[in-house]
This record gives sequence, structure tokens and C-alpha cells, in this order.
Amino acid sequence: MVSEHSKQKIYFVFFQSTMILSVAILLFVLIFIFYGGAGVVNLNFLVNMWSHREITQGGIFPAIFGTFLLAVGVSVVSIPLGICTAIYLNEYAKENLLTRTIKLAIRNLAGVPSIVYGIFGLAFFALFLKLGGSLIAASLTLGCMTLPWIITASEESLKAVPNSFREGSYALGATKWQTIKTNVLPHSFSGIMTGAILGLSRAMGETAPIIMVGATFFIAHLPSSPFDKFMAMPYHLYILATQHSSPYAREYALGTALVLVALIFMLNLGVFALRYNLRKKKAW
Amino acid sequence: MREKIKIEFKNTGFWYGSKQILFGVNLKIYPKKITALIGPSGCGKSTLIRCVNRMNDLIPIAKIDGRIIYNNEDIYGKNADIIELRKKIGMVFQKPNPFPMSIFDNVAYGLRIQNMKDKNIIKQIVRSSLEKADLWTEVKDCLNCSAFGLSGGQQQRLCIARALANDPDVILMDEPCSSLDPIATAKIEVLLKKIKREKTIIIVTHNMQQAKRISDYSCYLLNGKIIEYSKTEKMFINPRNKLTKDYLDGMFG
Repeated sequence: MVSEHSKQKIYFVFFQSTMILSVAILLFVLIFIFYGGAGVVNLNFLVNMWSHREITQGGIFPAIFGTFLLAVGVSVVSIPLGICTAIYLNEYAKENLLTRTIKLAIRNLAGVPSIVYGIFGLAFFALFLKLGGSLIAASLTLGCMTLPWIITASEESLKAVPNSFREGSYALGATKWQTIKTNVLPHSFSGIMTGAILGLSRAMGETAPIIMVGATFFIAHLPSSPFDKFMAMPYHLYILATQHSSPYAREYALGTALVLVALIFMLNLGVFALRYNLRKKKAW
Repeated sequence: MREKIKIEFKNTGFWYGSKQILFGVNLKIYPKKITALIGPSGCGKSTLIRCVNRMNDLIPIAKIDGRIIYNNEDIYGKNADIIELRKKIGMVFQKPNPFPMSIFDNVAYGLRIQNMKDKNIIKQIVRSSLEKADLWTEVKDCLNCSAFGLSGGQQQRLCIARALANDPDVILMDEPCSSLDPIATAKIEVLLKKIKREKTIIIVTHNMQQAKRISDYSCYLLNGKIIEYSKTEKMFINPRNKLTKDYLDGMFG
């Protein structure tokens, strides 16, 4: 017979070890990328054009730039649309079978594999709308993919706004829009932004869908219009890691991965700072 | 001579879905008096006052019938303007619910949503409302501080100031002191007696002593029906109905 006291101890140790294991795994991934890739990351690597013949001569600037443009494109496509949809669903829509079905469908769409969005993007944006393999086709494709994530995340943070704020506002004679604008949105803003940026950073790391709609391993010039093909970091590192003949390819792939991780990390740090500031201002 | 009546419930019934909460309520609320609604939990007190500013409209499954007359008009009538109604009939909730903004912005909220632009007038009204709510001296040095830094009692007085800034005609209070300590409660009671010189107050309370101390009229509700409604002193000294007497004597509830 194990005493409750020992059980308590056992469970504590058990949960603590799982935590340590998870952190260790994640740390290992980071250290692995860092050790493998840090050697090639220097200013040259970050700001120079890609050199196709002799990869040590060039940098991955076009891939960084391409990923940045994609991120901007995705933000423009899916963040405003997603947030507004969430506002409608959570604040305006009547709670009925139709609304519930729509919400469920959106949650399911959030789980659809990215390659499926890729094939849709290829069929619809690239071929049917004749956008070809291009930045705009890729932005729209990734935009579709992130849309359900952003809607779901925004909805969750809107739901977290206490109803007492809404009631207090209505009781003073505010309209629905006034209530949303002055009470609901300010309160849920940091949560919505967090969800949006998390969605965005996942989109930045996607490889499968963009291969189908315009990502290219090498182009000699930067994209000059939304209808150009582009280079992007995830696809770049994929080719380097699996198909490139240079003896330095593996190191360069890891270097690219390191830059990608660092960028996403900085993006998340930005959200963290934003949230911290908002919270401080409100003294929450 | 006909008595002046501020609000009159005429055979008001109320349902949440298929569950009936209020049964044929007839009630006259007199102006510039405090009317207390008392009764055990779940008897429909909160539902009743939430009918007056149509807060129940926010609940999709709510259904009401009968009429509620305010200023000679049915507030559920076809031409009723809910926004106007809520400006004239303010509400203070059970749990203080200041908005996540500064003290000043909380009180100015009602004015700003009415598109009042003149900063000086807003300042004046914010000040006078805080004074009326006995909060001005405590917060005047920190109007830009977050409303969440205030104590529970101060937050509730801020909510009262916020309601007063709209210059309402009637103020509904849904157990405004239930989350406050006795000292904060006493301050609110003093405040309510002062406010009733100008406004009509309907207050829901669980505290019999509070009803006795501050109200002019008391209404005892049980299972969604009015059991007794009369002047407070009359009801507390000599209740007509045995059910009322049992409740006041603490036999149940």
C-alpha cells in the first residue's frame, strides 16, 4: 500500500521529469541547428545574393527577402479578414445551428494539412486565376491556410473578454459597435495579435504549399512585382539539405534554418514586448 | 389626485426558453424613491430589473410579455429606442465592472459614446459625477490611473458615477453591495439616499437590513410572483402576507 504522501511525491517527480524531457528535446533541436549552422552565418551570408555555382561566395538574402515579402502578403490577406470574421462570429452572429456549423468547419479547416492548401493554391490561384507561380499566388495560398488559425485564435480571445464589460457598456446606452470598439477590442487586442503572429510565423516556415505556387531554389534577381517567382527560406534549406551537390550544402542548410528560427523568434519576441507594454499601460 | 408613477409593470411575464421566471407582475415604481426588491435567490428579482433597461434582450432565448410603461410609453413598444432608454435608465451591477481604462475615461464613457466632443464639458461632468458618487476626493489626484487599482467599494462608486454621468432618470441596482464589506456598503447606502433626491432608484438586495434602512417601498418576490408590495416601514413592521412574514423573520431564504 503506497501512502498518499508517497503518491504525491511520485506524481510530482513524474510530471517534473516529463517537463524536463520536453525542454531537453527542444533545447537539443536548437543546439543542433546552432552548432551546425552558426559557422556559416555572417554578414555576407545575410545580405548577399545567392551564388549558384560556388555557394560559399554568396548569401541567402533573396530567400530572407522572399520570406519577408510572403509574411507581408499573408498578413495583408489573412489577418484583417480573420479578425473581422471572428468579430462577426463571436459578437454579432446568433447562436444557432448555422453558426455552430460554421465554427466547427473553421476549426476543422485549421487542421487540414498544408499540402492540401498547396494543391488548392496551385489549382485555383496559379492555374484558374492565371496568377502562375508567383508571390501573390503563394501569399493567397498561405493566407487561406492561416485564415482558420487566425479566426480561431481571435475568437478565443474575444470569448475571454468578460461579459460584464459588454453589459456595462450596453447599460450606458452604447451600441454594439461602440461596445466592441471601446471595450471588447482593446481588451482582446493582445490575444488577437498573439494568435495572428503565431499563425504568421507558422506560415513563414511552411514549405510544402509554396513549392507548388512559385517558390524557387534559385533566381538571379529579387522579385520586382507580386507576379514574380521568389526564393524562400524553408524551400531553400530543403533543397540544400536534400539535393545540393556542394560539400558545404549541409552547413548552409543549417545556417538557413538558424536564420529562419531566429527571425521567427524575433517576431514572437516582438509580440511579447507588445503584450507586455499593453498590459503595463492598463495595469492589468 | 392620481399618484405620480415613474415605471409601471403591467402583467409582465418572462421566460428563459420554456422556463417561466416572472408571472403576471404588476408593480408601480414611484419617482424619487428607493424601491427595494427582496426575495430568495432565483425568485426573479434580477430578471425583473433587467427587463426595465432591456438587458434581457442580450439573451437570445429570453421572451417577455405584458407591458412596462415608462414616461407613458411601453418600453417594449414598436417605436421604443433601446439606446435612448438605457441612457435614461442607468444600471449598476452586482460585481463592480469598471472598464479596462482610466478612472476619467470610465466616467466619460457614456458622454463619449454620445459623441460629446467638448473637453471642458466632459471634464465638468466627470468631476460633478464623481462628487455626486462621493469618490472625487479619493481619486482627484489620479484620474488617469487605471480603474482596476481602486478597491471594490471605490470601483462600485465609480460605476455609480459612470451611471450618473449620463444624467439618468432611473437607476437600477442589482445587489450593488453584495461583494462589498460593511464599511463600503455603508458608504454606498449614504450615497443612495443622497441620489434619490434627484433620481428614482430600484435596488435588488439580499440584505433585509439594507432594504429596511434605505428603501421607501419594498417588494417581496417569491417564485416569480409578487407576494407583497408596500411602504417599507409597513412591510417590515406589519407584513400583510404570511409568506412575507416568514421570510422577514428568517424562516427561510
